Amino acid sequence: MSALILIELNGSDVSANTRAAITAALNLSDSLDALVLTNDASNASSVSALAGINTVKMIVDDALEHANVEVASRLIADVMNDYSFLVAGSSTFSKNILPRVGALLDVQPISDVCEIKSKNTFVRPLYAGNVMATVETSDETIVMTVRATAFEHSGDGGSASVETISASMPSANSEFISLQESVSERPELTTAERIVSGGRGLGSKENFALIEQLADKLDAAIGASRAAVDAGFISNDYQVGQTGKVVAPKLYLAVGISGAIQHLAGMKDSQVIVVINNDPDAPMSRMADLVWQVDLFDALNELNAYQV
Amino acid sequence: MKIIIPVKRVLDPYTQARVNKQTQQVDLTNAKMAMNPFCEIAVEEALTLKESGSASETIAVSIGTDKTVDTLRTALAMGVDRAIFIKTDSELDLQPLHVAKILANIIKREEAELVIMGKQAVDNDNNQTGQMLSGLIDYSLGTFISKFDLSDDASSVEIGREIDSGIETRKLNLPAIVTVDLRLNEPRYASLPNIMKARSKPLETIELSSLGIDTSPRIKILSVEESGTKDRASKQVSSAEELFTELNQMGVL
Ligand SMILES: Cc1cc2nc3c(=O)[nH]c(=O)nc-3n(C[C@H](O)[C@H](O)[C@H](O)COP(=O)(O)OP(=O)(O)OC[C@H]3O[C@@H](n4cnc5c(N)ncnc54)[C@H](O)[C@@H]3O)c2cc1C
Repeated sequence: MSALILIELNGSDVSANTRAAITAALNLSDSLDALVLTNDASNASSVSALAGINTVKMIVDDALEHANVEVASRLIADVMNDYSFLVAGSSTFSKNILPRVGALLDVQPISDVCEIKSKNTFVRPLYAGNVMATVETSDETIVMTVRATAFEHSGDGGSASVETISASMPSANSEFISLQESVSERPELTTAERIVSGGRGLGSKENFALIEQLADKLDAAIGASRAAVDAGFISNDYQVGQTGKVVAPKLYLAVGISGAIQHLAGMKDSQVIVVINNDPDAPMSRMADLVWQVDLFDALNELNAYQV
Repeated sequence: MKIIIPVKRVLDPYTQARVNKQTQQVDLTNAKMAMNPFCEIAVEEALTLKESGSASETIAVSIGTDKTVDTLRTALAMGVDRAIFIKTDSELDLQPLHVAKILANIIKREEAELVIMGKQAVDNDNNQTGQMLSGLIDYSLGTFISKFDLSDDASSVEIGREIDSGIETRKLNLPAIVTVDLRLNEPRYASLPNIMKARSKPLETIELSSLGIDTSPRIKILSVEESGTKDRASKQVSSAEELFTELNQMGVL
């Protein structure tokens, strides 16, 4: 009953959601291995340092730098012969690949697991998280992604052995062209302790700089509503919500965001929620611990000028 | 090039889901239903390709009870050429693996080279069906796309994918499946004349049982619970100083 963790790397670092997957998988099996698909064998070191992993299985090939999902899913499915569980942290990386692995194994994967009740019973969100369902699977091999906000992020301190698997690369019918990556000095959205999030109320990309200024003051990450992203105030990878990122920081400060169901889906588990909005009836306010009913430009100017 | 657009009928996305405590299921009786918003975007993209002369035919497919026909009529009213209705006897609990197997059958039968579908349905939020379908029929796959540029000879497509770190651009050779994200386009509304016209467009009904696909559930929902947004005891503040003081006291700064 061994479990395999699919490792997602950010550069050479193991992603936070992968660390959540390890914590979750320890509820399923005492024996965890990690699988790394990479073009760079030196990435083994950060993975073998993960606590809780027995063996790091590596497939190293130039073709895996920006791996095609067709290739990655075939390679993973082949490794799964030896395992009962495949667990990854929820992200666009895993959501791209794991369902295709599921199809190759004739398994129904389980998305966004938030709680593990037993080895085959899990809790997961439906309807943008407005409903939590307890689901039981009858599949012999269980494939799942887990929410990074629902499990502790396991640390380092392990010294797993590294085993290189030689695999022939399946043929690919697609190719990588480019990656337009958002680079930021600020804390990463999904792991930040504080988030300042801006909505349509900001009105323009130029005005959105006021959000960035406040974020820097609070050492916070930046978030946004879909309306703010659609309007081009900021890029897609900052969107919080049902179809964006799911966050649960200590502090979520929502500025000019009305609080649609789809936005709440991504942040309702935040510890403290602050709302800055001039509409006393904005649904967001009901969710808030603190509400400042005010024109957001007045509030942001005052906050940015305030000497902490 | 034939395009297949799978579409799903779901609870209207702006409606709060309610749980029936007795049945331990989400209660959809008398609920307002709609086409999954991501499917609308998929339909729009297919129609644009047809209008630009790149597609020969657009075909919407949906699976469900008789009410599903409403959703197919909506797709036809938006402009899709014809529809295929896979009829189930009762509210079967079809899961992405089953849906993918059913769609695989239809795609093979139609010899469609391109499938455009939503990245997720806003009821179960699985975000799986397109990926699974691509695995079953070995089509190339592009998920979460916000850009779609077909090559002049229609042999490949350049896509932009919305991923956690930004936008990834890839080239897919056809046949391919793409799953669409919100920012790909702005779906059109069906005009009244088109709604009328849709009534006479071809809609083929296929009994699910005739396809010989095993639809026994792999996952059973044991219970459901409304977890929606719990109201919090909001406290009003009225200055930066007050706000910072509160946040300090809460220990979140
Ligand atoms: C399938 C689907 C998926 C979706 N996924 C997401 C998602 O992942 N994330 C997401 O956020 N949304 C998502 N949405 C969109 C969602 O339904 C809302 O449309 C969106 O969240 C609204 O963004 P907003 O709150 O910024 O804009 P609005 O709803 O327009 O709210 C703007 C707010 O700003 C306030 N305001 C304006 N001017 C000022 C001012 N000067 N001072 C103070 N306050 C001001 C207004 O009172 C209002 O409350 C999705 C929708 C669909 C259909």
